[in-house]
Amino acid sequence: MADQLPALIPVPLLVLSILAPMVGLWRQKLAFWLAIATIAFSTAMSGWALAHVIAHGPMTYKFGGWEPPIGIEYVVDHVAAFVSLIVMAVALAVVVATRRMAEQEMQGRQGLYYSLVLLLLGGLTGMVVTADLFNLFVFLEISSLAGYALVFLGGRKGMLAAYRYLILGTLGGAFYLLGVAFLYFGTGTLNMADTLAILSASEATTAISAGAVFIFIGLGLKMALVPLHLWLPDAYTFSPSSVNTLIAPIMTKVGAYAMLRMFLSVFPDGYLVDEVPIGQALVVLGAIGVVFGAAAAFRQQDIRRLLAYSSVSQLAFIAIGIGLATPAGFVAALLHIMNHALMKGTLFLAVMAVRMQTGATEVPALTGLGRRLPITTAAFTVGAIAMVGIPPTAGFFSKWYLSIAALEQDLWVILAVVLISSLLSAAYLFRVLERAYLVHSPADMDGTNDELEGEARRSRIPLLSTTWEPKIDVLLPLVLLAASTILLGVFNVAVVRHVLEPGT
Amino acid sequence: MIESSPLPALAVAVPLIGAALVAALGSMPNVRECVSIALALATLGLVVSMLPGTTDGRVAEATLLELSPGINLALRADAAGMLFATLASFLWVLTTVYSIGYMRGLEEQKQSRFYAAFALSVGAALGVALAANLLTFVLFYELLTLFTYPLVIHRESDEAIRAGRKYLLYTLSGGLALLGGTVWLAQMGIDTTFSEGGVLGSLTGRDGTVWALFVLLAGGVIVKAAVMPLHSWLPAAMVAPTPVSALLHAVAVVKAGVFGVVRVLIFVFGVDLLRDTGAWQVLAIGAAATVVLASLLALRHDNLKRRLAYSTVSHLSYIVLGVALLGPLALTGALLHLVGHGVTKITLFFCAGAIHVRTHRENVSELDGIGKQMPVTMGAFALASLSMAGIPPFVLFASKWYLGAGAVDASAIAFLFVYIAGGVLSAGYLFPIVARAFWRSSPSFTWSGWHGEASLKMVAPLLVTGLLALVWGIAPNLPFSFFSLATQVANGTGGGA
Repeated sequence: MADQLPALIPVPLLVLSILAPMVGLWRQKLAFWLAIATIAFSTAMSGWALAHVIAHGPMTYKFGGWEPPIGIEYVVDHVAAFVSLIVMAVALAVVVATRRMAEQEMQGRQGLYYSLVLLLLGGLTGMVVTADLFNLFVFLEISSLAGYALVFLGGRKGMLAAYRYLILGTLGGAFYLLGVAFLYFGTGTLNMADTLAILSASEATTAISAGAVFIFIGLGLKMALVPLHLWLPDAYTFSPSSVNTLIAPIMTKVGAYAMLRMFLSVFPDGYLVDEVPIGQALVVLGAIGVVFGAAAAFRQQDIRRLLAYSSVSQLAFIAIGIGLATPAGFVAALLHIMNHALMKGTLFLAVMAVRMQTGATEVPALTGLGRRLPITTAAFTVGAIAMVGIPPTAGFFSKWYLSIAALEQDLWVILAVVLISSLLSAAYLFRVLERAYLVHSPADMDGTNDELEGEARRSRIPLLSTTWEPKIDVLLPLVLLAASTILLGVFNVAVVRHVLEPGT
Repeated sequence: MIESSPLPALAVAVPLIGAALVAALGSMPNVRECVSIALALATLGLVVSMLPGTTDGRVAEATLLELSPGINLALRADAAGMLFATLASFLWVLTTVYSIGYMRGLEEQKQSRFYAAFALSVGAALGVALAANLLTFVLFYELLTLFTYPLVIHRESDEAIRAGRKYLLYTLSGGLALLGGTVWLAQMGIDTTFSEGGVLGSLTGRDGTVWALFVLLAGGVIVKAAVMPLHSWLPAAMVAPTPVSALLHAVAVVKAGVFGVVRVLIFVFGVDLLRDTGAWQVLAIGAAATVVLASLLALRHDNLKRRLAYSTVSHLSYIVLGVALLGPLALTGALLHLVGHGVTKITLFFCAGAIHVRTHRENVSELDGIGKQMPVTMGAFALASLSMAGIPPFVLFASKWYLGAGAVDASAIAFLFVYIAGGVLSAGYLFPIVARAFWRSSPSFTWSGWHGEASLKMVAPLLVTGLLALVWGIAPNLPFSFFSLATQVANGTGGGA
């Protein structure tokens, strides 16, 4: 069965996504169990694939037995197995934890909701395992369409956000497809390994370079690289809580992964730096994005929006690692894909729990949270500290590896950006933590206005309740995610040495 | 000789893990306090059990795991580390006893958080002390920032929150500079395991690189050492409860900064390299200026804790200056001053806290005649003041003797005068308090009833530390061999001078 593994990760998700709405029509609750079983299965397959790859090296799978370049090929190497496992594991934790929130938010539409979730995950894992440029586009569109639909479920404001997301996302997909078409004209193949071989053997042409630029813009949009991030804050803020908790940690990561794939397996070594300055563009835009995202996050009142801009900043961090186009840079980028998925998963899940228990989403409304939801707030704190990058949390080691990779190329500015970003993260996250823990802090400390104070009063936090902690089905995934941000920091060398270094 | 041993790791782990226990026992204050004291004693026992080995030259080391390829999380009980670790864990025992008296006396809120954060902070400080390489040092240095933050904002007043923000801004920035330097060294493939002659010998001749590294690394550690102009977080942090000011802002945190200066200058750069580049001069001049300026500022402050804070700023720079002079005599003096100032300043803060608990007075001008009400407390205060001024035979006389001799040794007589001026100014801002307390009573001033001494839990620790300021001046090896450790470090590192 091991050689079937590449297909066993995405295919069950896609197949079951068709079944889920039917099951949902029959029994609403069964849709959840069906989805969770499928996700758990895919997670286990990803884990198995990773173990297999570490032991025996990369696996390939030829769809329908057709040889590439005619047929579609799936390749699971270290990197693909790693990213797939992270995406699925975080998704598993989030889907378990958001069950009751989804029941509340998706009344009567749970079958549809879980179908979309499975479709989204199928698309994302498909993007991860495929070794075919056009097939990547197909999966990109599958996951994006599922994403638009999920955001759309967020009511009227969600509709507008979804529309914007749809326009920009489709644009991104179109750009990517255009780029692939240019490549196809130049090479006559869509298989990644073939493309790499042909491009390595031939001179760079303008058409190929133009194709690379289109692909860069397309994937840049998907990974919300500044200035192509405009869709992200609204999509995260106005979508249902169960949705943004799911898409925030994983969706943009897969865009970043696809970008990394272009560097690793499509374009020859150095092509995207020497022939087309895409690496440089990623570094420059990344550096701008890191600072811009953090600065924008500081100004937000809605905690989800704050975290969304924080994502913009953190994704830019990954972009820098990719753009450095060295093994060290790739290792840093991949490590941060994992770390950020875990940290953002923790933070968004904690925010979801708070919203579920109290209805609060604005920063001023979080006053006194530490007393009422001690475990949730503690998990949020761990996630926040990891984002700031205090050792030995995972976030620290992201900074560490990226700084080393930047210094290899004497990019002192990047070192400065990395260090300053951590101070900026501290600024916007401690603003939240102060609120959560320091009950007596007066309203005007950070310039909040009366209207928002009113919001705080209206929120359903009663002043004299003992605990409002959510039930174990939310707490356990949350605590596990939070703990993993510490454990994967402490034991980061195991990941780097056994997975990331052989893979890059 | 290095021996593999779990003891250094245990010494750090006991307070860090014990903190969870302390936090969990919030509903049973008596049990919680017993656990706190037990933790402090256990930690002290673990640290002291490593002392004989260190003084005999058998250094215990624990390598825990790999933090980054090729760089381990490693703890090592070398002489310099043991000096700081012993001081911190010993004073933690006394501070815990004192805290119980203080926190109960004032009926402070959130005491579980307080004791837990306290244990975490001490654990991080021990990690700083025993770190065997730069990355491990950075790790605990940053954790120390994080763990002390809840203590700074303990009161949760506007002032405390502002102080907390300032504290984070300064110390996180310092930590980032330190991280920048550490990353750079790692990228160059230099093993930063602390070594007595420094580890940057391969950079000899590359002055530009050495200077840049010096700015990052030394710049990072002097933030916590509160060298001007990076000092302003320290007076602000005095808003914390007095036991915090006593142990953390007189011993653990600021001494972690000063100790970091020792580690960075002596154990990373090495005496020879710094002497070649002349980088030490910048630091020495900055520290000398801080000694004088901070003392002058201390004279101006009426608030007792603030005055003590500026005094701390001044005395920390004594140590920084002593390290920057790069000679064995000055280094011995610096390490002795680290110990001596720790025990002396903690006495002064203990006294300030005792006065606060009994009378709720915080300003020097309100303390006329208090010596008659609280003779033991003010007696200890007087002992500590004499020590701060460097009067023989107190411990800070001994350290200043070595520091001064080191200045002469380095042919930098100007710095000798800085030390003398610092001593005179210390007398200037502390003696009037003693004089007011014992010999002055203003006619318009009436005590609203008999105040008397604070509880025994507070008086006993401050008496012990006050007496130790005297005893360690005469017999500095009693019982923790501080003098032997200091000379051991100095002879090992500055021997080439």
